[in-house]
Amino acid sequence: MSLSDTELSDLRAFVGTMIPASARYGMPGADDDLIFADIVKNIGRDLDDVRTALGRLAGIAKLDPVRRLETANAFRAEGGPTLVAIARVILLCYYRDDRVMRSLGQEPRPPFPKGHVVEQGDWSLLDPVKARKPFWRSAS
Amino acid sequence: MHDKVDVLIIGSGASGAAVAWSLAETKMRILCLEQGDWVKPTDYPTNGRDWEARLFGDFAINPNRRARETDYPINNGTSPIHVVNFNGVGGSTIMYTAHYPRLHPSDFRVKTLDGVADDWPVDYQTLEPFFAENDRMMGVSGLAGDPAYPLHHPPMPPLPLGKSGARFGKALNKLGWHWWPSDSAIATTDYDGRAACINLGHCTPGCAQGAKASTDITYWPHAIRAGVELRTRCRVREIVTDDSGLASGVIYYDAEGEEHFQPAEMVIVACNGVGTPRLMLNSISARFPNGIANSSGLVGRNLMLHPFALTYGYVEEPLDGNRGPPLNLWSQEFYETDPRRDFVRGYTLQLHRGTGTIVEAITSTIHGRLPWGEDHHRVYRQLMNHRLGMSTITEDLPEEHNRVTLDPVLKDSNGIPAPRIDYTMSDNTKKMMAHGVARSKEILEAAGASNFGVEAPILNGGWHLMGTARMGTDPERSVVNEWGRCHDVKNLFIVDGSIWVTSGGVNPTSTIQALALYIADTIKQRLSSATLFD
Repeated sequence: MSLSDTELSDLRAFVGTMIPASARYGMPGADDDLIFADIVKNIGRDLDDVRTALGRLAGIAKLDPVRRLETANAFRAEGGPTLVAIARVILLCYYRDDRVMRSLGQEPRPPFPKGHVVEQGDWSLLDPVKARKPFWRSAS
Repeated sequence: MHDKVDVLIIGSGASGAAVAWSLAETKMRILCLEQGDWVKPTDYPTNGRDWEARLFGDFAINPNRRARETDYPINNGTSPIHVVNFNGVGGSTIMYTAHYPRLHPSDFRVKTLDGVADDWPVDYQTLEPFFAENDRMMGVSGLAGDPAYPLHHPPMPPLPLGKSGARFGKALNKLGWHWWPSDSAIATTDYDGRAACINLGHCTPGCAQGAKASTDITYWPHAIRAGVELRTRCRVREIVTDDSGLASGVIYYDAEGEEHFQPAEMVIVACNGVGTPRLMLNSISARFPNGIANSSGLVGRNLMLHPFALTYGYVEEPLDGNRGPPLNLWSQEFYETDPRRDFVRGYTLQLHRGTGTIVEAITSTIHGRLPWGEDHHRVYRQLMNHRLGMSTITEDLPEEHNRVTLDPVLKDSNGIPAPRIDYTMSDNTKKMMAHGVARSKEILEAAGASNFGVEAPILNGGWHLMGTARMGTDPERSVVNEWGRCHDVKNLFIVDGSIWVTSGGVNPTSTIQALALYIADTIKQRLSSATLFD
């Protein structure tokens, strides 16, 4: 079962309130066409929780931007598993969008097969610890 | 009806794989039944753009969330810590961080040294050659000379320090506290057909590179080449006994749900500290009305989980984020008992790198750190790749009321009763955890971090499952003897974390496997002297 048109409308208003577009940072909003489509596609196993959350957010699409944010923050303040579920599905789609990743200075790619470079670091930092006497307790 | 095998192993994870490989040299007919599948390296999340998202789906650490066909549900009851695992060839070594410390010598003698719980019937010295053998088989990186441990020599050099490690090193030096590069079951050089780590950074839900040592790519290829049969998608319902009270085999369901009886001369259980008592409690007969090998009443009791506390903060300098294995250093400064503290025993501090972009966004949203609306983007930039975290692994002392039982309602897809967890944290553990969190904040402050977050205990932190079929010499106070054989059933062995007497305060996989190799070695010696079933 999928979300109704009314639920989709409220969801889109909510995600755009949660993460709006930012010209300053060159970021799309979570209500961007591509990102929102990804969110809807990935609700999957969280459908019941998302639907419950949307029940608490019902009518948000009809509010002005100020009231939308008030409503969203009131929902957030209530907390609970439905908040976690809806926030999770939004964030895990938003923070893998190519434009978002590039704006954050991240390469939009999977970790494999290229991997990453991690500096060895200064192992001389360990010298004071190496100088320490063994301190494990003998059990014999 | 299948042909009778000499040795039937249930579970192909950390201990089942080790015992299968060790026994293979006997040339006995050995069969391992595994309820899950092989996992292909191409299936691991780091192959795709949705790599981080899958941590909340088909590669979730909590089996109730993951809910694969091969998983069984777990009723976590009122436990503040939920059990996590993986079911497949390699078991939970598929889904672990590969942080690989050994127990310390003192961990085997807690009664003698500290007057609590019980001593183990084996000691560090006895296990030392098996630790070394296991390090070679799994492929362990690290650095010899840690003053917190007896001298040992990991076969590969340590994981890179990185930006976060350098921060921690300087901070701990400032405080005068111990730190050291972790023993880690991650290949830092090409090793035994495995490629070296390339810092994919998302190690826990499986390593696409094959650098992380899960037993499907370490022990199993060797065991299978040596003649061991590994049969997947076989979920064991119960261990069956004959008229003499010996194990005669098991009943299992295949992938199609068809029931089979597999006869065996001896049975070895390796299903972890929750799966093993579940199986034993489900194995009821006239002789064993309360579960097989349970005359002590201790099957399922004394569950230990190592309650974890996560403490983290943020620094101004960008750090490693999720690049590189997430754990590469430990501190054992507070490991041993100190009479000046208000608790006995102690804990390990694991020093972390950061998190991925999605995990940072989700956790910071849940904890109210990341605003919604216009300011979201500015604040997020101050968080992403700026996190410095650490976790406290507390030693969990055995308490009989912490236990695994069978849920009266919940069942798996084959209709087998599921486990129920009843668990509370002791006052000693709570004090220890508070101490660990306070010390963690001191370290983070010394490292220049602020804006602290704490999760104590970590809800989905039941990685380490121990104590539910404890070993000992007294059949009234233990389930298995000092070499893993059940007191009540002389051809039934247990080799996983269930048999631990106490938990120590370190990740258990290294010691679980060393103990499995020790038991396998004892089995081989007793086969030679024809005393195995005496």
